[in-house]
Amino acid sequence: MTASRDTTTQEHDVKSGAQRMPRWLLGAGPLALIALLIGLFTLLNAPGITGAGDRVPEEAVAVENIRLEPGEIILFVRNEGVDPVTIAQVNVSDYFAQFTQTTAEMAPLQANTITVSYNWVAGDPYEIALITSAGGKISADIDAAALSPEQGASFFGLMILLGVYVGVIPIGLGMLWMPFVRRSSRGWIQGLLAFTVGLLVYLTIDATLEGLELVADNAAFGGSLTVLLGAFIAYISLEGIEGMILRSRRTTPGDRALSPQMLALLIAVGIGLHNLGEGLAIGSAYAVGSLALGASLVIGFAIHNTTEGLAIVTPLAAQRPRIRRLAVLGLIAGAPAILGALIGATVTQPTLAALLFGIGAGAVGQVAVKLLPMLKDDTGRILTPLTAGGIIAGIAIMFATGLLVTI
Amino acid sequence: MAALGAASGALAQDSGDHDGSGSGHGSMDMTGSTEMSATSHVGHAGFPTGSVPPARAGIDPTAILRDFDTGTVSTLPNGQVLREWEITAIDVDIEIAPGVIFPGWTYNGRIPGPTLWCREGDALRIRFTNAGSHPHTMHFHGVHTAEMDGTPGVGAGSIAPGATFSYEFDAVPFGTHLYHCHQSPLAPHIAKGLYGGFIIEPKSGREPADDEMVMVMNGYNTDGGDDNEFYSVNGLPFHFMDHPVQVKRNALVRIHLINVLEYDPINSFHVHGNFFHYYPTGTMLTPSEYTDTVSQVQGQRGILDIRFPYTGKYMFHAHKTEFAELGWMGFFEVSE
Repeated sequence: MTASRDTTTQEHDVKSGAQRMPRWLLGAGPLALIALLIGLFTLLNAPGITGAGDRVPEEAVAVENIRLEPGEIILFVRNEGVDPVTIAQVNVSDYFAQFTQTTAEMAPLQANTITVSYNWVAGDPYEIALITSAGGKISADIDAAALSPEQGASFFGLMILLGVYVGVIPIGLGMLWMPFVRRSSRGWIQGLLAFTVGLLVYLTIDATLEGLELVADNAAFGGSLTVLLGAFIAYISLEGIEGMILRSRRTTPGDRALSPQMLALLIAVGIGLHNLGEGLAIGSAYAVGSLALGASLVIGFAIHNTTEGLAIVTPLAAQRPRIRRLAVLGLIAGAPAILGALIGATVTQPTLAALLFGIGAGAVGQVAVKLLPMLKDDTGRILTPLTAGGIIAGIAIMFATGLLVTI
Repeated sequence: MAALGAASGALAQDSGDHDGSGSGHGSMDMTGSTEMSATSHVGHAGFPTGSVPPARAGIDPTAILRDFDTGTVSTLPNGQVLREWEITAIDVDIEIAPGVIFPGWTYNGRIPGPTLWCREGDALRIRFTNAGSHPHTMHFHGVHTAEMDGTPGVGAGSIAPGATFSYEFDAVPFGTHLYHCHQSPLAPHIAKGLYGGFIIEPKSGREPADDEMVMVMNGYNTDGGDDNEFYSVNGLPFHFMDHPVQVKRNALVRIHLINVLEYDPINSFHVHGNFFHYYPTGTMLTPSEYTDTVSQVQGQRGILDIRFPYTGKYMFHAHKTEFAELGWMGFFEVSE
């Protein structure tokens, strides 16, 4: 006891010394010291600080996008390493092609657009090798050459239509299950909710994997980290927003459960964020010509996303929501697909797309967690044969219909 | 030596032509983003800005064609002719394609190394100095003792950086041969540029050629993969597209063709509008074949005797079109 009292006295002395300084100085002090130290090290040419070593430069270049114009292949590349890179030659399937580029030497993180003159043949695969001044080779594949769509008014119109096809219409159709849900027994509702959880679990995993795939060869802006951080931030943000809403309603501590309307809205927002990523994938795939628009794709998405409409209306089984309210929920969930398609078709940055996929995954995952308490049976247990079966059925249906729409 | 006299005459003449046609290559851009230079590759493969000008590359494939190094000649007390060479291994960065720098290992600063020329039965002394950064050897194809074979672990073995060794042996058998580094790992030690032609003329002589030249078929693996990014004859991809090999109509042109290509298993030579007599390894005085295409594996070589009956430009290239379009193609230009 004596010893501890001594310690307290000492601490108190130290505090009283520091208390004379303004608080902001105490916060900024260590930062200033770090800057001072780095400055000193640099000034004194300390080993390990300056770049003037005999390190061999490492070249790391990512091909972010490829466009095909008549007689031209346009590559959007970025230096994702720490050393400058110069592209000296371009080789298209073992043929040195004439090319122009927007910058001769790419600084770290700098982008470069390389326009290659090459009379490509529609449907043929190509291997493009960018050869650097140090002889390094950056490879990019074109699976089947196809003209990239013109980015005019009709193109953007098509992207909007695409978003409506895969987002708004299927979800709207899915919400037509509302009367069916309303007249279902409690057991049925529990099963449908479990089905919804399964569906959301599938979407969480799917969006994460799709995001990771997009940045598999691209670490310029954090790579796969952006997907995982995006997911985490989305999850935490939605929790925070939810907390804010609950607090503003000043509900009693015992009555903190989410209302069915709130749950439906959360599901719609989560699915909306997910559809933003989905629209983005479709838009970018279409823009680079690697996606054939066709009946099978649209039908596939219709079936795939119709179940998302069911997910939104299921928590509202005991309610009598107005049509307008339902329409708004449907648009919140479906319309982001339009925005996503437009972004995907115009922005050539895979990391941004990956981040959006991550955010979608986190949002959908958060909704899945929120739904779990609603699955409780009379004994308070969440996972029963009924709900477990429902979850598995949800995953199975999404998996099966997902096979129709592999991009 | 009559053949060589004629050859050097042709070399001087070619240099004149070469300077004339090479002047269009003065301003080249490393990025390839400038307009097409004076090259006339329309319909052919090639670099957007043409091949690297020899002055910039530091090696001139056209000069290498007819550059036979006969060494310092003296006579031994027993009457045998002695030929001596100084060969130095040195690391040199060579711009092999516009903007692409290849960190080469060379004999005497060039890829391929000097073509050593001698006559059957001569005594040879090659004083080898390793001024490079890695141990190297000179391994000659020919008949000699184990100690002179340039194999690590045998005789002098690996010649360490800074060390010197004299390889001594007699010139047998006659034919078109080669030498290269035999240090392990073998593929990079050869592929980085340590190779050259080694010609032993038969004592009895061959039919005198009007124009004699060496063509060393090689490649450059610039990214460390298991294939080559560039292919060439005598060191610079597409050089002979921009600077055709100048020959005279009806003249007997003798080509010593040597394949040192690593990583790819087989190389080939094909000439347009003509046929040639082929002497495998040059060890026989009668041709084995009258053809327009021959193939060679690594280290294989032979002599091509050819006369062009018509004037004009005739392509020659690897009939493996991948190699051709990655640099191994060129023209003969036949004039009166």
